[in-house]
Amino acid sequence: MSRRSPLWLALALLAWTLIYFQLESFADWFSYSLLQLETGSHLGEAVKFFVYDTPKVFMLLALIVYFMGVLHTFFTPERTRALVAGKRTIVGNIMAASLGVVTPFCSCSAVPLFIGFLSAGVPLGVTFSFLVSAPMVNEIALALLFGLFGWKIALAYLILGLTVAIVAGFIIGLLKLESWVEPWVYQISAATAQDADAMNWPKRLDAGWQYVKEIVGKVWPYLVAGIAVGAAIHGYVPENFMASIMGKQAWWSVPLAVLIGIPMYSNAAGMIPVVQALLAKGAALGTVLAFMMSVIGLSLPEMIILRKVLSLRLIAVFVGIVAFGILLVGYVFNALF
Amino acid sequence: MKVTIYGIGCPRCEKTAEVVKQALAEANIPCELEKVTDYAEIAKAGIMATPSVALDGKVVSSGKLPTVEEIKGWL
Repeated sequence: MSRRSPLWLALALLAWTLIYFQLESFADWFSYSLLQLETGSHLGEAVKFFVYDTPKVFMLLALIVYFMGVLHTFFTPERTRALVAGKRTIVGNIMAASLGVVTPFCSCSAVPLFIGFLSAGVPLGVTFSFLVSAPMVNEIALALLFGLFGWKIALAYLILGLTVAIVAGFIIGLLKLESWVEPWVYQISAATAQDADAMNWPKRLDAGWQYVKEIVGKVWPYLVAGIAVGAAIHGYVPENFMASIMGKQAWWSVPLAVLIGIPMYSNAAGMIPVVQALLAKGAALGTVLAFMMSVIGLSLPEMIILRKVLSLRLIAVFVGIVAFGILLVGYVFNALF
Repeated sequence: MKVTIYGIGCPRCEKTAEVVKQALAEANIPCELEKVTDYAEIAKAGIMATPSVALDGKVVSSGKLPTVEEIKGWL
């Protein structure tokens, strides 16, 4: 039977569900019966966390990435560009930020995409809304937050991330910084894109599997490392230890988290287990989310790539506005939850 | 046949080049492989996602790592 058939998909989903709900009992059995670790001991807690979280996070990731892979076949960068071209600011900013969530994007494509948008007449600010939201409101992070912490936190992350992208792009548009883009960018007359392969459902389902293979193949070391760090924190760091450094009372922890996060770069999927462990030990949600958004949304490698098309001043403005937005998100979250 | 691979040298682009070579070797088609790594040239071709593959100037795949079977289907 082919991976492209709906029946195969139905069987895979059934198997997924059956296994997923046995994971916790398996981790209990493995840590406390098989390894004979003491319940509640540091090592026991850490081992159980690792044995439970590793398959759980991988299974959630595979499921989500599969559906994202299928969804991506509906939103190519070309189609997104056609949708936002000619839209007025605000409306364009909102659309660009939203489409940034579902359009396939890799930071190594940031430059051709940037040129492609500008040469099609998409305003600079609208283009930036897309460039901010595409990496920062990450579908993998969104789905894992949903799976691990519930819909409220996932929804808050989505809405606040979109807000930062919309507002940052809008401000960059107002500042009229077109002259800070490297001049050669505007001299290019890019060809309008051709439609690649015609799509049909078997191809879309297949694209989902390809995407799972690619993403899981790429992020698994980050993920295992993240879960291992998470397990160590979970087992050995005392309860509420983080409350003093990353708690709500420590107002300075939000800007510090954002600043530390800017040069760092990690895959969104690798961040989630760390986030989970920090939260469990009393770190404030806003501070942790600000750290995560700063790590995945603003990264040094992407800045270096963007330097080809943007002047340093424009990169500085871009980083400054987005970092400030993330900072506000951190404080809003700390006030709300 | 002229095969063009657009990409800035990221790991996915390198892999794409390997897969394309393999597909062409398996299909026994003589070809001239060209790699375009310059941002301006990539943008001029109307490409917004890398890696992209073009056969005789026609873009057949954009923004993803194609499989050997897929490429053979485009030949």
